Amino acid sequence: MTGLVALLTSILTITLRAGTSLIFGTVGEIYTERSGILNLGIEGMMLASAVTGFGVGYYSDSALLGLVVAACMGGLLAAVHAFLTVTMRANQVVSGLSITLFGTGLASFLGERLGPATNNHSLVGLIGPRFSPLVVPGLSQIPVLGALFRQDPLTYALYVLVPLAWYYLYRTRFGLNLRAVGESPLTADAMGVDVIRIRYLYTILGGMLVGVGGAHLSLAYAPGWTENLTGGRGWIVIALVIFAMWNPLRAVLGAILFGGINAVQFRLQAGGTTIASAYLNMLPYLITILVLVAMTWWEALSHRVGAPAALGVPYIREDK
Amino acid sequence: MPFKFRKRESVSRKAVLLVPLLSFAVSLLFGAIMLILSGADPVVTYLAMFGGAFGSTHGLSEVLVKSIPLILTGLSVAIAFRMRFWNIGAEGQLTMGAVAATGAALFWSQGWPSWTIMPLSIAAGCIAGGLWAGVPAILKATLNVDETLTTLMLNYVAVLYSEHLYYVTWRAPGRNSGTERIPQVAWLSRFLGRAHTGIFFGLALALVLWLIFRYTRWGFELKIIGSNATAARYMGINIARNIILTLLISGAISGLAGAVEVLGLTRSLQQGISVGYGYTAIIIAWMAQLDPLGVIFVAFLMAALLVGGDQIQMRMRLPASVGIVLQAMLLIPMLAGGLFRDYSLHWERPPKTDGVAGSMQADGMEAGGAED
Repeated sequence: MTGLVALLTSILTITLRAGTSLIFGTVGEIYTERSGILNLGIEGMMLASAVTGFGVGYYSDSALLGLVVAACMGGLLAAVHAFLTVTMRANQVVSGLSITLFGTGLASFLGERLGPATNNHSLVGLIGPRFSPLVVPGLSQIPVLGALFRQDPLTYALYVLVPLAWYYLYRTRFGLNLRAVGESPLTADAMGVDVIRIRYLYTILGGMLVGVGGAHLSLAYAPGWTENLTGGRGWIVIALVIFAMWNPLRAVLGAILFGGINAVQFRLQAGGTTIASAYLNMLPYLITILVLVAMTWWEALSHRVGAPAALGVPYIREDK
Repeated sequence: MPFKFRKRESVSRKAVLLVPLLSFAVSLLFGAIMLILSGADPVVTYLAMFGGAFGSTHGLSEVLVKSIPLILTGLSVAIAFRMRFWNIGAEGQLTMGAVAATGAALFWSQGWPSWTIMPLSIAAGCIAGGLWAGVPAILKATLNVDETLTTLMLNYVAVLYSEHLYYVTWRAPGRNSGTERIPQVAWLSRFLGRAHTGIFFGLALALVLWLIFRYTRWGFELKIIGSNATAARYMGINIARNIILTLLISGAISGLAGAVEVLGLTRSLQQGISVGYGYTAIIIAWMAQLDPLGVIFVAFLMAALLVGGDQIQMRMRLPASVGIVLQAMLLIPMLAGGLFRDYSLHWERPPKTDGVAGSMQADGMEAGGAED
């Protein structure tokens, strides 16, 4: 019995750790999409943030500074997306893809160039500062749920951020304006809401949260930098937004599902399973497809549409 | 805002030509800033990249080598994008094409006459690529499942599967990774170094597709679906059927890219089959404005950037990813400039109010984005 409890505690601990970057990313993208902007650049933004976060952390020996710079990096790339899609009315899908391609290339370049000369200018394999888990005395001893209190500061921050993100979106005037812009920009504009400004604002804010998610990877979850550190997490985030039906609280469920897959993978591999690791590693991607199919099906059957009505549609204000 | 975009009467031809050229200049400029910040001389680097790509027969041959999969995947992406089906799975379709072509040449063609091995292998690659794109297409056509995510997720699955094959199941005895060489009868012949006859598949297909898009009903239907799906439905165009058919073809062309990589270049399934051509293909298709003949030209340019990147890595110890960053940087100004095709920018004086102070105040309000 104690063995089982220990196992469950360990799985939940890893689940939360693995899910943290996903939750930051998903909440960020939910805010962006709620304003009507689809940003497919998450994967590239996460990578670029992860590498700059780690690089800055390494040289300044401050994980916190790394985190701040990573958030700015995410915000900066998101601002490029906002400029392309909002001001220049570029196709949102292609613009997002261009951000992902650019971010991936940039991350790879910085990872091979920012490092110290002693390491051949590479950041790979270096040890830098990190956000270590802080074990809360007492609470962490609760069976299974004690896992909630063995996390790093960024995961703890989510305990506040997620309910706050939900409250802001559904219970404040700002959140109402944001949802209005995503559902019907024309009406929002008529109500006196500045559609362009809202779209810029929440695209950049969402990008900063994605940047924090990227920093969690390189400064807490898997401290250090390796090429393709995200392994598709940025894309899973976009699927999780659909799974969460654009609701920050439900983002947690999805992130726990995918964090849980990581945790089970990890336990199986540590336990020396006979299943080929390639097949285990395919799981998150295959399950993403299954989740998408199930969600789309369910939405069609229940006649519920989660997506903001104006998602992906540029807003062109008629001249008066 | 003092600047206003005004819709043009017709598409600006000047913008169609100028925007790609300016994008190239912006990309080089941004790349130069990045190089300077990282302590490298941009002029020397760019000259080395150019020299590496075009300064020798070897360089030129390598540019052709990389052009082949880029032309094919570029065409594959362009077909799907024409109907606004966002197939970003060319990488996985290429990988599955390479897997199936290798499987056909090594294992599945036993007992067949030897001259059939090459066509069988190519057909297997096309079928595998087609099916790999067909799954997301069917999901989109029947259940309306988002295709960007499904096509992309399948890239990861395909790459993991191919790795499993060449590291474990199909690994040749005595090799750390990689399958046996495929039989010589299946090889595509080479010219000018490592360039191979696979390039003719790309050139011929580009021409065929150009004719199809221009002169056939199918080409017309794709265009209508892409520009206005609702109108297409009212015109009686079967969208679901078009999605599935088009994606089978799109995937098959990427699968063909994988097959000719194996038959012409690597001659076994090994590491380095998936190096991101399927993603570069997205840039190529969009830069070429989804025009098949344009794809050839842009793919050649992108191949040169990649070879140039490889060269500076060898000669100057700079990351080869410089080439990849420059590629992605090409797309960003290109996207921004797309607006100028249909819109022109005008400077508009704010309406006069009483006196200088009033006019300034009005200016300030406009700039602050206040509602009027």
